Amino acid sequence: MELTDLIISAAKIGGLIFAVILPMVAYSVWAERRVSAIIQDRVGPNRVGVPFTKIGLAGLGQPIADGIKFLLKEDFTPGHVNKFYYWLAPALTMVPALLTCAVLPFGSELFGEKMVIADLSVGPLFIFAIASLSVYGIVLAGWASNSKYPFLGGVRSSSQMISYEIALGLSLVPVLLIFGELNLGAIVREQSENGWLLLPLWGEGAIWNGGVDRLLLLFPALIAFVVFTTSIFAETNRLPFDLPECETELVAGYHTEYSSMKFALFFLGEYAAMIIGSGLIVTLFFGGWSLPFGWDAMLMGDATEVPWWLGLIHIGTFFAKVTGFILFFIWVRWTLPRFRYDQLMKLGWIVFFELALLNVFITAGILILTRSN
Amino acid sequence: MAIVVQRPKLTLAERCYLPALAKGLRITLAHAVRILRRKKKVTMQYPEERWDSEMPEHYRGAPALVTDEHGRERCVSCQLCEFICPPRAITIVPEEIPAEDRWAKVEKRPKEFEIDMIRCIYCGMCEEVCPEQAIFLRKDYAITGTSREEMVHDKEKLYEIGGVREGLVNKWNELK
Ligand code: SF4
Ligand code: SF4
Repeated sequence: MELTDLIISAAKIGGLIFAVILPMVAYSVWAERRVSAIIQDRVGPNRVGVPFTKIGLAGLGQPIADGIKFLLKEDFTPGHVNKFYYWLAPALTMVPALLTCAVLPFGSELFGEKMVIADLSVGPLFIFAIASLSVYGIVLAGWASNSKYPFLGGVRSSSQMISYEIALGLSLVPVLLIFGELNLGAIVREQSENGWLLLPLWGEGAIWNGGVDRLLLLFPALIAFVVFTTSIFAETNRLPFDLPECETELVAGYHTEYSSMKFALFFLGEYAAMIIGSGLIVTLFFGGWSLPFGWDAMLMGDATEVPWWLGLIHIGTFFAKVTGFILFFIWVRWTLPRFRYDQLMKLGWIVFFELALLNVFITAGILILTRSN
Repeated sequence: MAIVVQRPKLTLAERCYLPALAKGLRITLAHAVRILRRKKKVTMQYPEERWDSEMPEHYRGAPALVTDEHGRERCVSCQLCEFICPPRAITIVPEEIPAEDRWAKVEKRPKEFEIDMIRCIYCGMCEEVCPEQAIFLRKDYAITGTSREEMVHDKEKLYEIGGVREGLVNKWNELK
């Protein structure tokens, strides 16, 4: 690898992770608090702005103040914990969440550079492999804390993960069948040209251009979407599936014994996972960075390379879609009560598993019928 | 004997949960929209907006001492309030009024009168028990300080809050 490649990769990592994802994590916490407030007829944090002035900025300074507070709080390690794993666990929840964004295409091209950190041809597989590591963080936290509530939280988390990971993986198989492709960048390009998976209204995907298959495939795609989204909720430990945390039963679940920045890592890891999950949903079902109705091709004209302004528009589109999904996540959280544990297991094993499996066959059947010539 | 509780029969729509989910989302969205369009207001932006104008007559805020129309302290240092005060917030050091004073026949007055506002529970017992109508609960509620010492109101402060009350005051206000 040449030095310039290295520099470009480093710039992409720095730009995406440190300049976009981490601030987004911080601000989705703020969004969560504001949205929950307006849903519950409250106001939410609306004061913190520029320090030492009266400029409020609708509370946009809150995440920074929170961050400083987390850093300054006493980092207390109880005497009865297993120190090594206790220290390892918070990192293990945050790191996989950030690692997975390496394969997410967050834009088309900028100055001829593909806007994805690692253009792997096994994108979704990579994400599943890494994302399931984050459960170890929770299990280890539960185990290392050496106290019963975190332990129960850890146990719940592992059984929840097992039941949802299967549905999560299986629900994606139809999508991959439809695109015949495992590279997320290629999947998005295909959607940009021929219609999003859930909105096939232009290009070859449109019904008037002979896209009958895409119309039929809308049904399995919708099932895949519902199963996948729900599983992402479970995967990110968010309500209605936040059973490992479950403060009404388990104090604070797996992070009961944690304080200060270690707790913050768990907390922020959840939000990072939510952002990556939203990014994945957007990439697979809603055309990633692409604009709807074939506007990409229109704006491109007959240029061979994506002009820089279009590249920026694409990046903006991607993050706008992701933001929309984050708001949806938050909205669901403040609407639904937590599932009972047996309901959750039943949903995972009896409903989603079968549904996802069936969906694979439905999709394959439709594909054979429509594309076999 | 065991009682068999009949579970309600759920319809298919209820069992597949998604319609209920949509309904729930609609309710929360309606709340959010109502707040965003400022149709409904629940929270008061406290330091800027205050409730003072709507404060009821019987509001029990900080206790304070008052002087009468002649500028005399009404308190005669009988210490009844000190004894009745449930959390023992009041400390009084009485003193004799010197013979040359205009009010010498009153005999006694407080040398020091302190109310510890960290202890005070705003019960109003002191006001109720006072035979001279010298102590009243005012509408001040934002009692703050940066140290414990600052939170102890001395005589000067109590008169400052209390001010002057003239004539007989209807102390047996039913509402208090
Ligand atoms: S209001 Fe109650 S607690 Fe406060 S000083 Fe008077 S008697 Fe004591
Ligand atoms: S305030 Fe009233 S009750 Fe208390 S010592 Fe003075 S006269 Fe007596």
